[in-house]
Amino acid sequence: MSSGGWIFMLGSCGFVVWLTAYCFYRVLARPRTAEHLQAPSTIETGDEDT
Amino acid sequence: MVKANRAREGWGSRLGVILAVAGSAVGLGNFLRFPGLAAKDGGGAFMIPYFCAFLLLGIPICWAEWTMGKYGGMFGFHSSPAIFGLLGRRPIWRFLGVLGLVIPIVIYMYYVFIEAWCLGYAWRYLTGSMDLGAASTEWASRSQEFYDGFTGTREDGAIFTGGLGGCLPFLLVTFAANFYLIHRGLSRGIERLCMWAMPTMAACAVIVLVRVLTLGTPDPAHPDQNVLGGLAFLWEPKPIKEGASAFSALADPQVWMDAAGQIFFSLGVGFGIIINYSSYVKRKNDIVLSGLTASATNELYEVCFGGLITIPAAFVLLGAADAFAGATEGTFGLGFKTLPVVFNHMPWGGFFGFVWFFMLFLAAITSSISMLQPAIAFLEECLDIGRRASVALLGMITGLGTLFVVYFTKDSAALDTLDFWAGTALIFVFATIQVILYAWVFGAGKGRKFAHIGAEMHLPRFYNFVIKYVSPAYLLVIFGLWANQKLPGYVRSLGSGGVPLVSVIVILILGVFLALLTHRAGRRWSAESRDTSGKDELPVFPEARE
Repeated sequence: MSSGGWIFMLGSCGFVVWLTAYCFYRVLARPRTAEHLQAPSTIETGDEDT
Repeated sequence: MVKANRAREGWGSRLGVILAVAGSAVGLGNFLRFPGLAAKDGGGAFMIPYFCAFLLLGIPICWAEWTMGKYGGMFGFHSSPAIFGLLGRRPIWRFLGVLGLVIPIVIYMYYVFIEAWCLGYAWRYLTGSMDLGAASTEWASRSQEFYDGFTGTREDGAIFTGGLGGCLPFLLVTFAANFYLIHRGLSRGIERLCMWAMPTMAACAVIVLVRVLTLGTPDPAHPDQNVLGGLAFLWEPKPIKEGASAFSALADPQVWMDAAGQIFFSLGVGFGIIINYSSYVKRKNDIVLSGLTASATNELYEVCFGGLITIPAAFVLLGAADAFAGATEGTFGLGFKTLPVVFNHMPWGGFFGFVWFFMLFLAAITSSISMLQPAIAFLEECLDIGRRASVALLGMITGLGTLFVVYFTKDSAALDTLDFWAGTALIFVFATIQVILYAWVFGAGKGRKFAHIGAEMHLPRFYNFVIKYVSPAYLLVIFGLWANQKLPGYVRSLGSGGVPLVSVIVILILGVFLALLTHRAGRRWSAESRDTSGKDELPVFPEARE
């Protein structure tokens, strides 16, 4: 494979692997207590003006 | 006062919503369409327009969808008609939002059929019943024959005469699995599926990737057919016309159009799904990093797994000519006709064939299930009915549509027409509408501030400029080129009547039905004082900041 092929293959794959790893690191590095967005069965009381 | 007594749905965890959005985006196109386009559009040179589209079109629109969805969710809205009406402050936006329901419902009608092929192929490999014969010279024709018989492309109604050996049982299983999972709800259905399906898919892809990268030079009579040659075949910049330079692809508008289209469909923007999913995110939670993570995950599956497996394997085991022919035959040709021949050539091909098609099935089901959720949310908030009733109603609607697709299988006429109008044309239209709504009506500045609520990562400062000017211009140019090239042929085919015309009528009937429901819902939302029509300004959130 030519050097151009290596550059495009390693550059493309390296970029997306780095981006994914960086993003997941940032996501998973958060404190566990803050992780839950909301309970799946939260009851909407609906007793407020919207 | 709003009186709602339904259980309010939401995501169980942040990782869950990220994997659900990524699962929705990762589909057959990642593994089959991307490598085919890259091989025919200049190899490594294709990655330049590809990453340009990713940065200027895919990511910005993705962030816009996450922002609009979360904003709508703050007001208790989860469907695109309701969210569009809220942001646009005019009833017309509500009706434009109907496209965000028509698109996923119609795509589901045929996508579930393709999903059944994946399951059927996986089952055949698992049970050892994928038999292409002993003579390797006949494998290609036997594979084509099997595909035609299994998918019923020879004549209309062929699926229903195939008995238990055909595709029908797999379709029934697939359809039922989708509705079982969607019935279980956002957290217990979609999220749980994606939490195990995404890592499983990655594991399956790594298994096949390792197999492909260790193929060496399987045929000593053809020493040029080796792994490095296979990788070079896909990744080396190469001319798309004889005698041109290695980077001549960059001067061809078609290549830029293909790259933009691939990014667009791969990330799942313009489908109405991200808006729905992000509407369940809570006020204090991040959407900027989550959106980027979901998009990056999609790219990992596409560039690394899609780009390193199919075409290099086809090159090593079939040779350059057949690999190129497979690549240019499109998603179905490469996936369901060429790859079975590749697996037949491969040591332990039955096992790897099963792993591969099972992975495709997982990729398909995590996408198809996401196509149902926007309509479920709409039916719930429009008709004020529970999940069970909305699932039953949507089951009837999509069941009729899928029946239409699987009956009119000759030359894939119904599937092809629905894919063209709903799966391509309407997506471009809807994405353009979304960008205009976000950047020009809602306001890019306001959207950026809102996106920063709870954000762990700030949107770049040039984002407003990109989403306001670059993305719409990029979209319109690509859409114009595409329409100029493809539209006349499809419009002409409608004149001859038959299945193409009926397919378009199916889309129109569904659109009118959903528009009528939207009209009814609009009156109810007005009565409940949830309608923002005619208001000068939308509520501002105090924590929104630059």
